[in-house]
Amino acid sequence: MWAYVIRRLILMIPTLIIISIVVFTIIQLPPGDYLESYIAELQSQGESVDKQKIAFLREEYGLDKSMPEQYFTWITGFLKGDLGYSFEYNMPVTEVVGDRMYLTILVSTVTIIFTWIIAFPIGLYSATHQYSWGDYGLTLIGFIGLATPNFLLALVLLYLANVYFGTSIGGLMDAQYINQPWSWDKFVSVLEHLWIPVIVIGTSGTAGMIRRIRANLLDELNKPYVVTGRAKGLGETRLLLKYPFRVSLNFFIADIGNMLPSIISGAEVVALVLSLPTTGPMLLSALQSQDMYLAGSFLMFLALLTVIGVLISDLLLAVLDPRIRLGEGATR
Amino acid sequence: MNRNPANPHYISIEPYDPNALEQVTKAQEKFLLASQWQLIWWKFKQHKLAYWSGVFIVLLYISILICEFLAPYNLHTRNTDHIYSPPQPVHWFHEGEFIGPFVYRWYNTLDMEVLQRIYHEDTSQVYPLRFFCRGDEYEFWGLFTSNVHLVCPAPGSTLFLLGTDRLGRDMLSRIIYGARISTTIGLVGITISIVLGIIFGSLAGYYGGWVDNVVQRVIEMIRSFPELPLWMSLSAIIPVTWSPIWVFFGITIILALMDWTGLARAVRSKFLSLREEDYTMAAQLMGASTRRIIRWHLLPSFTSHLIASATLSIPAMILGETALSFLGLGLRPPITSWGVLLSEAQNINVVAIYPWLLMPVLPVIIVILAFNFFGDGLRDAADPYKN
Repeated sequence: MWAYVIRRLILMIPTLIIISIVVFTIIQLPPGDYLESYIAELQSQGESVDKQKIAFLREEYGLDKSMPEQYFTWITGFLKGDLGYSFEYNMPVTEVVGDRMYLTILVSTVTIIFTWIIAFPIGLYSATHQYSWGDYGLTLIGFIGLATPNFLLALVLLYLANVYFGTSIGGLMDAQYINQPWSWDKFVSVLEHLWIPVIVIGTSGTAGMIRRIRANLLDELNKPYVVTGRAKGLGETRLLLKYPFRVSLNFFIADIGNMLPSIISGAEVVALVLSLPTTGPMLLSALQSQDMYLAGSFLMFLALLTVIGVLISDLLLAVLDPRIRLGEGATR
Repeated sequence: MNRNPANPHYISIEPYDPNALEQVTKAQEKFLLASQWQLIWWKFKQHKLAYWSGVFIVLLYISILICEFLAPYNLHTRNTDHIYSPPQPVHWFHEGEFIGPFVYRWYNTLDMEVLQRIYHEDTSQVYPLRFFCRGDEYEFWGLFTSNVHLVCPAPGSTLFLLGTDRLGRDMLSRIIYGARISTTIGLVGITISIVLGIIFGSLAGYYGGWVDNVVQRVIEMIRSFPELPLWMSLSAIIPVTWSPIWVFFGITIILALMDWTGLARAVRSKFLSLREEDYTMAAQLMGASTRRIIRWHLLPSFTSHLIASATLSIPAMILGETALSFLGLGLRPPITSWGVLLSEAQNINVVAIYPWLLMPVLPVIIVILAFNFFGDGLRDAADPYKN
């Protein structure tokens, strides 16, 4: 088991290195840099540009160095927990980012749990009642959730929540709690606001999950061991929960890896529409103003979140399913 | 019947036909002789939902060729007297008398209290709709100019079935024109990603070894990026100075760059199993080149699977374009796609005051559902020899 964990961890390193190179290339690709757009902005406002100051800034931020040098400064800083300096906010990226990262993690985790709670019973029902009206109806609802663009659903739900529940528009908490220390009231306020993004992000993933669970269970239900169980006189519910259900649990864990990237990108759009204090809106503005360290750190963080999520799901799977940890060990 | 007690064995005295076991009925013969594609077609037709979704998709793609004719107004026709008009009702009966589809005069008054235009019907006069009629002049694919439309309002009246936007442009017409961009983006994008998927998938699957390893790692890496942030960053690269048509291709390529990985994986796993088949070995022994084996022996055997998976990934592209354009990172006016139309409905005020501006989401949902059902049916039919 430990050998498997260590191998899995080592495999992560090259992936992360490549991802960091790609991220760095992407944020460098737009022509010009932040200072150039800064100069252009100053000039358009009719302000004079202090050449010396610009040159100083350029040297200060290392923008005059070659690409590989800039990359190494960035990535070594990243490893030390120094995410670089945000030009736009004029402070270290770590401070700008702060809570946003945790809120992104919070929204994503709650969404995954929500998706599970919804998708699992429905998938179970659909598989055991294949081709019934319930199966068709639930599948159709799932499909509609899949087909509706997230941002629109967010907009409409936001409006409805405001009209019927009086939830304040936008954000993850009522305005009075922003920048306040955590308290019970603040927590309740967050919960009141959290359900909209969670439902919105969850709907698109749920449909896919229901279908995968259904297909997976259907495969299991036709296997000889189910027939054996039935022949021995096991009740249907017990039979279902005792064998096929447990097998499909494995797959369930494995699915986190599939879901994470889409949940995180769903969270980004929804965050933009709902103006949630997560990473979405800030990433967008950082990209637009070429605030490269900020944008780069966000992208890197999101990718890291996914890679770690997949790792966790792989490890959980290995714990659950001896075929994986033993099989892998035996072949290599 | 021979029931001789001396011989307990049963012997049939009927004449023996040596071909009896091999006899097939006409229907069976047709089935056995049918080509793979014919079998796929038969199986696909049984799946009613998928079949009708397919019909719908074909009609949709035909309609985008002739949207100038289908739309009652031109894309940029502005009706300055009818700004933010809600959907206009069409009536059939006037004062209890059947007239056929017609509209009343549609006019607005300004509510000074909330400064909002309120629309009313003037029921004194009837304006029957005209069909195959002359309306806005358009240039049909740059070939000839015409002004024939499927339906238009009578002179002096208006026809805003889905309302108008802030410049008084007819929403229905804009949605019909928007289909042109939104649906082609899916097709162009999927073509690019099929090509990429086949190239990388077949390289990895056929050669195996380190090639396979490298391709697998690249795929894994691309898949571990959340799509949208990456799309956002890539579309930030597209210079603002590009002409709309280049932006269109830029966006399509960006969408495809993220999408090919799923196809490549499918191709790879198929290759891994197919290269062990006897006929591949036979081709190798006969001295066929790798290229020839891939092109003529391996690809045809899973084209159907490939088409099915490609169909299933078109919806993601359409949604991706919609989301990007909505955020203002994708296509920009004057190019009109459903996403661009929806970007007008970006704030909560629109949902509250002008809900009909959300209409473009309906075609998005319908098209995506249709593609999903169609792709599902194709996937089930792709392997007609199963069962």
